Amino acid sequence: MSLTREIGFVLNGVRTRATVPVAMSALDMLREVVGLTGTKYACGEGECGACTIVVDGRSLCSCLLFAVDCDGRELTTIEGAERDPLGARLEQAFVDCGAVQCGFCTPGMVMQAQHWLQAHPGASRDAILRAIEGNLCRCTGYVKIVDAIERVAREAP
Amino acid sequence: MTVIAKESLIGKRVAKLDAPEKASGRTRYVHDLDLPGQLHARILRSSRVHARIVSIDTSRARALPGVHAVLTAADVPWQRPLGVGRDQLPLKGDRVRSLRDEIAAVAAETVEIAEAALRLVDVVYEDLPPLTDVRAALAPGAPVIHEGRPPTKGAERPDAASHPNVAMTFDYAQGDVAAGEAASDVVVDGWFRLHYVTHCCMGVSGMIAQFDATGNLTLHSNTQVPFLHKREFAEILGIDPGRIRIIQPPIGGGFGSKLDIYPFEPICVFLAKATGRPVKLVFTREEEFLASPTRQPVLLRLTSGARRDGTLTFRVCETLHDNGAYTSWGATTPFVMMQTISSLYRVPHVRYHTTAAYTNNPYAGSFRGYGNLQATFAVEQQMDELAEKLGIDPLAFRLRNAQDPGEVTPQGMHFRTCGLKECLATAAGASGFLAKHAAARAAQRAPGRVKRGVGMASMLHVGGGAKIYPSDGCGTILKIDDFAHVTLITGASEIGQGSETVLAQLVCEELGVPLDAITVVNNDTDITPWDVGVHASRTTFIGGNSAIGAARKAKAKILAAAARSAGCAEAELDLRGGHIVRAASGEAVTTLAKLLRSLHFSDRAELVMTTHYYEPPSRHQDAAYKGDVSAAYAWATQVVEVEVDTDTGVVRLVKVTGAHDVGRVLNRLGIEGQIEGGIVMGQGYALTEDLVVDHGVVRNPAFRDYKLVTAPEIPAMDVHFIETMDGEGPQGAKGVGEAPAICMAAATANAIANATGVRLRELPFTPEKVYRALRSAAG
Repeated sequence: MSLTREIGFVLNGVRTRATVPVAMSALDMLREVVGLTGTKYACGEGECGACTIVVDGRSLCSCLLFAVDCDGRELTTIEGAERDPLGARLEQAFVDCGAVQCGFCTPGMVMQAQHWLQAHPGASRDAILRAIEGNLCRCTGYVKIVDAIERVAREAP
Repeated sequence: MTVIAKESLIGKRVAKLDAPEKASGRTRYVHDLDLPGQLHARILRSSRVHARIVSIDTSRARALPGVHAVLTAADVPWQRPLGVGRDQLPLKGDRVRSLRDEIAAVAAETVEIAEAALRLVDVVYEDLPPLTDVRAALAPGAPVIHEGRPPTKGAERPDAASHPNVAMTFDYAQGDVAAGEAASDVVVDGWFRLHYVTHCCMGVSGMIAQFDATGNLTLHSNTQVPFLHKREFAEILGIDPGRIRIIQPPIGGGFGSKLDIYPFEPICVFLAKATGRPVKLVFTREEEFLASPTRQPVLLRLTSGARRDGTLTFRVCETLHDNGAYTSWGATTPFVMMQTISSLYRVPHVRYHTTAAYTNNPYAGSFRGYGNLQATFAVEQQMDELAEKLGIDPLAFRLRNAQDPGEVTPQGMHFRTCGLKECLATAAGASGFLAKHAAARAAQRAPGRVKRGVGMASMLHVGGGAKIYPSDGCGTILKIDDFAHVTLITGASEIGQGSETVLAQLVCEELGVPLDAITVVNNDTDITPWDVGVHASRTTFIGGNSAIGAARKAKAKILAAAARSAGCAEAELDLRGGHIVRAASGEAVTTLAKLLRSLHFSDRAELVMTTHYYEPPSRHQDAAYKGDVSAAYAWATQVVEVEVDTDTGVVRLVKVTGAHDVGRVLNRLGIEGQIEGGIVMGQGYALTEDLVVDHGVVRNPAFRDYKLVTAPEIPAMDVHFIETMDGEGPQGAKGVGEAPAICMAAATANAIANATGVRLRELPFTPEKVYRALRSAAG
């Protein structure tokens, strides 16, 4: 019932086309049009980080990005994280270090950590705390999340 | 011959079974599920705090293309009251009593169409006088929120019983308070104010309701109490509970918020019934802030006395609970509050009273700690105040009055294990409490902008279930296939806390199989046996004992078969590493899989399938609130170190040292995570979180303005485990889920007082509040 546009982008390494309403967010497009539900809605206003994805190498809250603005860009979501060795190591570290409780914030945390470590390999614990300050977690108290990211930062790739 | 060493996962760092799916984004929460033909629902809520509904016109909404149903109270005249107080209908017809009140609901092809339809519902209100102050609610002539409703409990006090806004009262007494007062050399007295906070589960509320062709109802629900909900839904809908199936997809956080039934749930079912289609209803975050429960706000006056020798003499506690517009679990938190007042320390004479009064404010549910944060906030501050008056250090004063193992308190709680004194000594020792406390006290008046201080608080909480319902039990079905793979079917719900992993560990311990040989099924009431729900820190203890019971029956069956075939006594055999072994030598006799197949494909033709129902040996409280309600009790002491910026009022949490009597550590990784998460949740309660309810209106329904603690703000944490090996606990363990959040606000208040000499009795300790208190103390 609303105006739509057809767009094309690379999603987790795969060329993808989608027809989306012009007012739709990238988050809703991923979840409802493409059908990838690993990216989570938890606030819809860029305050919690649960919907974090990487767009052209930058981490963004997908709830604040229009779907139409994904046209011509390269997107990575949690479903594509493990294609990259760093993402795979992060996911394993989250499991091993007890960084997952209810798990709802976890995909966003992994995406943010992957983005951060790509640019800051070997980041310090303090830097990691800052790097995930835009990602809220209600279960863990963050300690084990930072443990997981720090373990990956310290390992040789 | 192969010799197999005994291996145990108990106390190890075991990764959660559900973590790989969650970390890779594969887990499908209720928000991620879609059923064929599904419609989307939205709810219209009141725009008034208190009003009569003159008319609701849904004709424009019904006419919108894509709308399948628009329901108001008039469309479901058979709906029945729901919730703890049975004092509200899911859809409100003639009157709204709070801003969250549900007036109409739409099911449509898309969420957008449903939202558009809501905007087309025309409601005419006639405002009624709002009542949004709990003290005013009990004044003569106050507007009456629920006419003709007697208070739910008590009514011993004529003043309370006589006012029509009283929702509930609680009275408890032990000893003779007058004698306690007479015996006191020092007395402290104060009012404490505890504010609204809310759960902020990262996964918002949601459900999917679906009827099949024969009228059976299936719910995909986030509830923490699936088996209680079957009954609740049946009562509201007037159908047989046996026709209701509740499936729990993985839950994006619970913390007590999903313990009651809330109006959105039956409304979603009404829409599914009206449309004949599956209906999915998911909140927005704003709606989650406005229409999910809060922690119970409390106004509390506490008076405590002690003798010169440092023994406590009496406590008198009066509390006023803002019940909000309706009664959910928040109003019943006195059950837990009075335990802390009467039994955290030995105190012979106690009088406790609560009045919960209706207002037009939001209503509170259960929230991790269930009243204990509120009671502990007052009790532990007065422990410091009394110690100071007596000239005794805070640690020695607490040790002087601490409970010991074996104690039966006047309230009837039996502390078969009690590590409170070890918790106090460990937390104080590891943090260097006494030296830091003395140094900070001496430096209170010294120059310097940033003051450092240290404070402690202890807690007592149920650690072996809580006998509130007719049964506090949990059922288990266990089966082992021909390849020695175990399926553990448990009633116990997983809400992220890691219970399914702990239950699997406990089964591994009994059956000598590796963790990856266990599948846990815990999410479907058509399959799982009954459990009362995930609350009261009970799942490891109750679900764990249930799982152990089923596993032991399986083990007995296996060993009997193995002994027959090996021609020896059962006691000579054991299960280790997926094998039957000689118990004495560890020598392998055969593999477990071979033994199981020989049992199955033989003349005996037996499968190993067992069941067990565990009911803890606890007792219901009597009418005077006395009784041993839990099979075990958990203890903890937390020491908090703060820095207070006296120019800005900013309080920084530097370090938390915790010592927890957990009975025994089962999964070290999991229990650390529970405690770290609880500490930070308690930090938020103390310092940053504040749901601002202004004349009935929630002013900050967003993470932008409701401040959860973020990663850079967390303190250093040093957590110690006191293992008292509870005789009734699974492998000696006690519950821990709620404990770590309970002491934080009290210990932080004590630390600020130690740093600055100023005692704060109102939460949260925001910079503005701290700054003003420091200025007014400075004159």
